Amino acid sequence: MRPFDYIRATDPAHASTQAADGAVIIAGGTNLLDLMKLEVMAPDALVDINRLNLKQITKHDGGLRIGALVTNSDLAADKTVRADYPALSMALLAGASGQLRNKATTGGNLLQRTRCYYFYDTAMPCNKREPGTGCRAMDGATRLHAILGTSEHCVASHPSDMAVAMQMLDAMVEVQSPDGAVRQIPLSDFYRLPGDTPHIETVLHPGDLITAVILPKAPIGRQTYRKVRDRASYAFAVVSVAARVQMDGKNIGDVGLAFGGIGSRPWRDMACEQALIDQPATKETFARAADILLKDAAPRRDNAFKVPLTRRTLIATLTELCGKDTA
Amino acid sequence: MKTSLAINGEVHNLDADSRTTLLDALRDHFDLTGTKKGCDHGQCGACTVIVNGRRINSCLSLACMHDGDEITTIEGIGQPGNLSDLQAAFVKHDGFQCGYCTPGQICSATAMLQEVKDGWPSHVSKSLGGDYDLTPEEISERMSGNLCRCAAYPNIVDAIRDAAGAGK
Repeated sequence: MRPFDYIRATDPAHASTQAADGAVIIAGGTNLLDLMKLEVMAPDALVDINRLNLKQITKHDGGLRIGALVTNSDLAADKTVRADYPALSMALLAGASGQLRNKATTGGNLLQRTRCYYFYDTAMPCNKREPGTGCRAMDGATRLHAILGTSEHCVASHPSDMAVAMQMLDAMVEVQSPDGAVRQIPLSDFYRLPGDTPHIETVLHPGDLITAVILPKAPIGRQTYRKVRDRASYAFAVVSVAARVQMDGKNIGDVGLAFGGIGSRPWRDMACEQALIDQPATKETFARAADILLKDAAPRRDNAFKVPLTRRTLIATLTELCGKDTA
Repeated sequence: MKTSLAINGEVHNLDADSRTTLLDALRDHFDLTGTKKGCDHGQCGACTVIVNGRRINSCLSLACMHDGDEITTIEGIGQPGNLSDLQAAFVKHDGFQCGYCTPGQICSATAMLQEVKDGWPSHVSKSLGGDYDLTPEEISERMSGNLCRCAAYPNIVDAIRDAAGAGK
């Protein structure tokens, strides 16, 4: 690990100012310290925000305000989240290990980096780590990589489970900038597609501090999170689906879907959802929605299997959710 | 970076490079070598300690981030002649072969049993409701952050089940 200055933030403005000056914000540190040990990241300074008062989960405008420092464990176990946003609890519990969830935070989870093998290997070129050097994943091992939203410069997938459930739940990210201004960004606009600048991953500006994630009023209907992975526990998603369905008789009244493991960012496709609304809850309807979701899929050598796997996972998830509701 | 840590009920002061992980502070500065370094990347769980009641990977945390925190290591959980229920159960069930992962397994399981008592669900729980039987499947899922390369898993699960029953 390269040497760095350690700064303990006294309030959000202090953290934000330090970050604007180039310090990297550290919360749980479970991803950042790993990357620093490998020298994938080598910040000159860390600003530690763990003492800031951002650890509460509170009711907010009929929904929920989740402080940026709420740990993944506390969020998964929160009684309101379990009752009203069960897909979020399920997504969190499907991620990492007990030890990591105790340390990992809500804001940090959103900002975790891809687990692309080439991004982690400093002996390899990587457009995300060192812009303009190239991408070895293009003709390399791509089992964990994205099939949607990729570019000729980067095919990395976003690794979060939590963010996928939050995307489905229409979450907003609350951000404080160095001038003290607070703004809300829809999570659906938070991540940038890689394009020709894969090193710029979000719409945040230097010095922006995530202070909370805000969930709107809990949706009516059933929710779930289904994760397909190479091990039964403690593994990243190959494909995952966060879903909510509200039935209207035999038809789907309303639906929300988001996908993990297949996109360069937590993936949502409104056309896919529109294809389900007011339609009968049949396998044919589900298959049509999968066709729309996957029409622009661009798999590489090792991840072509994700196209049929995503299709089957979506159909199975919707069958489960709609079936229970109509029964 | 000056840091004060309450380790196993005793205050320890540290003045070390900011890069010092909690794991390296415990082992190299305070000679608490029960906590083990395995992968040093949060994947194996050998370095698990309990901080303010929660189990964490001490390799993925900086010591300076823990100023004022209460830390329990395997040395604080029990000693020869005064073993915790879990330690005694690991001996009884032969929950190890080489023993390298064992301190992490026991620290992790100690805090895990409290998580179950607190009603935390897991990925394999039948519902998110709050009352969970500690089945082998639940133990495997909840302990998936602790690897055992000797694969003593069946005996580790038996030991944890036994200790959980003994604690009731």
